Amino acid sequence: MNRIGVFVCHCGTNIAATVDVHRVAETLGKEPSVVIAKDYQYMCSEAGQNMIKDAIREYGLTGLVVCSCSPRMHEATFRKAAASAGLNPYLVEIANIREQDSWIHKDIEEATEKAVILGRTAIAKVQLNTPLTAGESPVTKRALVIGGGIAGIQTALDIAEAGFEVDIVEKQPTIGGKMAQIDKTFPTLDCAACILTPKMVDCAQNDKITIYSYSEVAAVSGFVGNFSVKIKRKARFVDETKCTGCGLCTEKCPQKKVPNEFNLGLDNRRAIYIPFAQAVPKVATIDPDYCNMLKNGKCGVCAKVCGAQAIDYKAQDTYVEQQYGAIVVATGFNPINIDAYDEYAYSQSQNVVTSLELERLMNAAGPNGGTLLRPSDKKHPKTIVFVQCVGSRCDDSRGKGYCSKICCMYTAKHAMLIREKYPDTNVYVFYIDVRTPGKNFDEFYRRAVEQYNVHYVKGQVGKVVPKSDGNLIVYGSDLIEGKRLVIDADMVVLAAAIEPDKSARSIATMLTASMDTNDFFTEAHPKLRPVESPTAGIFLSGVCQGPKDIPETVAQATACAGKVIGLLVKDKLTCNPCVAHSDELMCNGCSSCEKVCPYGAITYEEKGFRQPDRTTKMRRVAIVNEAVCQGCGACTVACPSGAMDLKGFANKQIMAEVDAICL
Amino acid sequence: MSVNNEFRPKIVAFCCNWCSYAGADLAGTNRLQYPADVKIIRVPCSCRVNPMFILRAFQRGADGVILCGCHPGDCHYTSGNYFARRRMTLLFSMLDYLGIEKERTRVEWVSAAEGAKFAATMNDFVDTVTKLGPNRRLEDLRCKN
Amino acid sequence: MQELIKKGKELFANGTVDRIIGWTRGELPYDREIRVFRCAECFEKDFVYDAFCGANLSKYLIEESGKEGKIGVFLKPCDSYSFAQLIKEHRIKKENVYAVAIECYGKCDSRALADSVEDAIYWITDNGPELKIDTVSGAVVRNTYDYMLEKCAACKTKKHAPGCDETIGDEGEKVDDCTRFDIVAKLEAMTPEERFAFWRGELSRCIRCNACRNVCPACSCEHCVFDNPASGISQKAAADSFEENNFHIIRAFHVAGRCTDCGECSRVCPQHIPLHLLNRKFIKDINELYGEYQAGENPDERAPLTNYTKADCEPSVVYKRGGKN
Repeated sequence: MNRIGVFVCHCGTNIAATVDVHRVAETLGKEPSVVIAKDYQYMCSEAGQNMIKDAIREYGLTGLVVCSCSPRMHEATFRKAAASAGLNPYLVEIANIREQDSWIHKDIEEATEKAVILGRTAIAKVQLNTPLTAGESPVTKRALVIGGGIAGIQTALDIAEAGFEVDIVEKQPTIGGKMAQIDKTFPTLDCAACILTPKMVDCAQNDKITIYSYSEVAAVSGFVGNFSVKIKRKARFVDETKCTGCGLCTEKCPQKKVPNEFNLGLDNRRAIYIPFAQAVPKVATIDPDYCNMLKNGKCGVCAKVCGAQAIDYKAQDTYVEQQYGAIVVATGFNPINIDAYDEYAYSQSQNVVTSLELERLMNAAGPNGGTLLRPSDKKHPKTIVFVQCVGSRCDDSRGKGYCSKICCMYTAKHAMLIREKYPDTNVYVFYIDVRTPGKNFDEFYRRAVEQYNVHYVKGQVGKVVPKSDGNLIVYGSDLIEGKRLVIDADMVVLAAAIEPDKSARSIATMLTASMDTNDFFTEAHPKLRPVESPTAGIFLSGVCQGPKDIPETVAQATACAGKVIGLLVKDKLTCNPCVAHSDELMCNGCSSCEKVCPYGAITYEEKGFRQPDRTTKMRRVAIVNEAVCQGCGACTVACPSGAMDLKGFANKQIMAEVDAICL
Repeated sequence: MSVNNEFRPKIVAFCCNWCSYAGADLAGTNRLQYPADVKIIRVPCSCRVNPMFILRAFQRGADGVILCGCHPGDCHYTSGNYFARRRMTLLFSMLDYLGIEKERTRVEWVSAAEGAKFAATMNDFVDTVTKLGPNRRLEDLRCKN
Repeated sequence: MQELIKKGKELFANGTVDRIIGWTRGELPYDREIRVFRCAECFEKDFVYDAFCGANLSKYLIEESGKEGKIGVFLKPCDSYSFAQLIKEHRIKKENVYAVAIECYGKCDSRALADSVEDAIYWITDNGPELKIDTVSGAVVRNTYDYMLEKCAACKTKKHAPGCDETIGDEGEKVDDCTRFDIVAKLEAMTPEERFAFWRGELSRCIRCNACRNVCPACSCEHCVFDNPASGISQKAAADSFEENNFHIIRAFHVAGRCTDCGECSRVCPQHIPLHLLNRKFIKDINELYGEYQAGENPDERAPLTNYTKADCEPSVVYKRGGKN
């Protein structure tokens, strides 16, 4: 037999002025199974809570209904009070008679009647409540960071700083990512390498951080606090523990015609290589697609010259299995492929380059040693045209609908650097809008225009036609002047849109983390939880979540680390007990529930069921992982047999509420 | 109004905990009035609402049922309201097919910030259902007092 | 039919199967029962495939495929979709089934046929386009196509769903001028009052015998919600108009996106309620709102109700779309 206690709050006059609280308490007190009904000025006050606690003890209450403000306000308060008096906190229901009654009605009769109905509804529900216990799951105090660019590096450093173990998985032979390829950074024009490489070294030297370079995530299982990850370490044919990074092999290797991806193919490297001088880890890697020894067994020069005997042509891919409490996605971006933009002649002329290629052309460690020379004939360009929004803010299938965010600023930077170093160069920038929201950003852009006399042209480039001498005729329009422009340019630089790294999609699938249509990871809440994935235990750092520049990336990386640390400091996680539960006797094993679960919380197993004739029948049944389930209830409706139900919001409870309202 | 002044409809409103229930609270905080005929049932997500609940409400004498959830794309659970949207579209279409007045059912997306929209929606819905009169086509006479 | 018997005997002989599920003669000349044959001899003697074999064998395989050994089955095109859908839902263990796709040119509505003859029938011979009916007062001949089941008259496809192990005869094509949605469209065009009257007229005849549920391959839950007191909606009798509506709405909703439109519900309804019109309404809506979908056709495709796109229409589409007011 249920013994329900009902407590009606006056909330000063907030409720009592419109709702006859005495009458509500009196009426509800007559409901079957209600053993005590009282009203009080402030139920949430200490005295009010004590009144509840005393009643729980005195009447041995099996359920508690508080008619008060919104449960979003004080449900937690009253649950806590109930628990301290020995009543399971999930045997408490709130009837919202303030926000949804007294505050929206003027007529006392009407508001009082509604309060009674809302009270009855809560009583109907609470009678079907079951005591729930929040489960606990342990937390593995180790984090995985997928991606070793500036975002991953910063997140890893911050987590390690707090004393937790962090592993970085980077698919390239070195960490550093895109920032390592960049020459200078806006708006301060400090050199990217000078601020990035010390952080890379910090990672290598931090004894809490393990770098798995030239490695990929192969499989992920588990859930928040308890992920199990399989990491594939691709064979680099060089023993990382022996290689000293002396670089002798990379000078002696006879295979010289390998496009150098670090310089975006603008020059060549050897088949055995160290991507760049400051690489971390600074060890050589053999490119199996080009190495003569690996391809046809003829060569072996690097093994001969290696004093450390680090070369191992027979090396195989190996796998590492590791447990993690949290996983950070920092998979970064790439410029989009702009081959579809025929009008800019990118594939026809070497002198049409992307902005990232320009970074390498201007970089002191780049193919030209820092002197800006155009690729076709190594001549110094006198007129350079920048084209903005190539594939950004694009309404056709060739590009992206979004703004890539960083292009306006890096183009201003490029223009400024070129005018600074080569004042005889004419620089044009064709733009749709110049977007400079950011600290000191607009000032920076205005300097490019006012101080460096960069020609900003509002308008688009219609066509770039290569000439036989390597020059380019640029046909554009100036929308402000309302005229067509024809510019004889030495070089054209395209601000290609950026897109999430291609590997992100498969990683998202492994992590069951959601992505938007552009393959950017979705955050748990666009404003209030920007660095967490909706999937518990998965965190987002850097451009994988959306386009951003370096300061923003670092800010987000640190914020992300903060969230990870907040998780890892916990010894145990308390789970939400209002989770789905499948009645295996009714489950068909049809997999409908799994399809609608946003968290991958449902799995299936073959289970034996004793039959009336004493045989055992094997059936496929759904199992809900309570630590992963967030309790949305999508599965309960997808389930045709009604085997799936939601604790705390069970079918019968909701129907009891419906019945009470319609009575 | 020429409508029968005696008739007050029974309206059941299912509201998701994260957006619409909070939107309803905000309507209260801002003292935006809507008729007391509307009673709200809190559910974690619009995708928790089973067609059985809606039919149950009509069975027990509700005159209108409205489901409110987060705007598409804003679901606290990422995809719940997308599933709810399909389910309710098909269910409402089926009810219409059986000849039940389609204005008795409604889905509205109301965010936690849209207190005004919540109140306006409820006012409009109550008005619509009041004009339709009592639900006769989908009720259980045994449930009548 | 001889080809099927030959195939069945061969499957027994070469050990492919140890049982075959098929049709056999029932009590009345136009009754066909479903039977599991356990030997080639009894199969040869009693197996029948003719104009009266409308019954869909797929659902029986849920139970049968859970048993030891392998069972053979003959699947007409529409049955094969139920079969494929049940495999997709992990209900049928495919590895225990050997499925043979067979042709079908439409099955006979035996009740309509029997009603068309005044005297007692004691034998019917299926001669393809013609049915020779021997009655106590002599033989009469009926055109097969005049007495087709509704589901066959509005046949949607003669092409099998993927997943059968072999095919006997030619693989057919989808029916281009399929008329299965015509009546749904007609109902949609009525006023709500007319529709309400129509469905009251139909559903009020429901005696809640559960035949539709029991025959439906999609209604194959281990434990039906209507039999489960914990579900809050269990009801045994069609006690009043709400209950009649409720049962059929919930049933149609539970199979929405999973129903292959095999038409069995209407075929078995003793009250001649056109239950397929409820399922077809969902199928028509799904096709129009979310893109063409045939349950069972694609093993990897998500069912419409466990899927979504961000650009899906809003439920308010019903206000604009539904029939006249």
